[in-house]
Amino acid sequence: MFEQYLPVLLLIVLAVAFGAGSLLLTGLIGPKRPNQVKNSAYESGMEPVGTAHERYSVKYYMVAMLFVIFDVEILFMYPWAVQFRMLGLFAFIEMILFIGLLFAGYYYIIKKGVLEWE
Amino acid sequence: MEVAIFWLLAVIIIASAAATVFSKNIIYSAFSLLFSFLGVAGIYAMLSADFLAVTQIMVYVGGILTLILFGVMLTNRITMMSLKTDVFNFIPGLTIAAVMLAGLLYVIWVTGTWASDSPAAWDTTVETIGTLTITRFLLPFEVVAILLLIAVVGASFIARKDKQKIQS
Repeated sequence: MFEQYLPVLLLIVLAVAFGAGSLLLTGLIGPKRPNQVKNSAYESGMEPVGTAHERYSVKYYMVAMLFVIFDVEILFMYPWAVQFRMLGLFAFIEMILFIGLLFAGYYYIIKKGVLEWE
Repeated sequence: MEVAIFWLLAVIIIASAAATVFSKNIIYSAFSLLFSFLGVAGIYAMLSADFLAVTQIMVYVGGILTLILFGVMLTNRITMMSLKTDVFNFIPGLTIAAVMLAGLLYVIWVTGTWASDSPAAWDTTVETIGTLTITRFLLPFEVVAILLLIAVVGASFIARKDKQKIQS
């Protein structure tokens, strides 16, 4: 029944309420005595240089792209993990084969030096 | 209750999709896509396709959106970039949109009775999927592993030159 999603719904409502609530309440009841030091981006830190809209290194993109592939792998492992006890040894060996194939890909990534940040 | 949640999700999806399309700032577009994806995950959950809902959150929200955000952040001069296109294929675009709309409406019209929610439809699907992937659809499952391996190797090969070539 629909009731099984009720905890998820409750969590979403609580998370949104807490986030929005704390922001609203601090804005409403918090004391506001701004001065120049408080308004700086990093109080008692370094002065920021340039804009925040900097270009990111292409390395981040590579990591994200490889993450998506391994994300899909996790997706295939998830229903197997739910049924793990019932499926037994043969399914376990099949999953080892599945992971082994992707591990070969991981080995290739390491050897290729994709994850190196020189 | 369920109807209320459905309409809430529908409003979230449509509104954030509209924000994605109409936003002048490409970063806002990318972030409002997040709420669209999450809303679709909610719709999947409501259709008792719980595995699809998890897929939606893990792959689209967790992976694809990160990829899109990195893609946006990699782009040069994102803040100054004009999002207006120089290409105005007004009549062809309108024709294609009209044909698509007509086709969809026709399918909706032809499909006489739409299945409504039945109590049994709320059972979880993950156990069945888990059993079937390992037993009946074992070969496609292992082919997927090879496909993912090809994707990993191909992505690394295209994106990265050999170590020796970089050093020299």
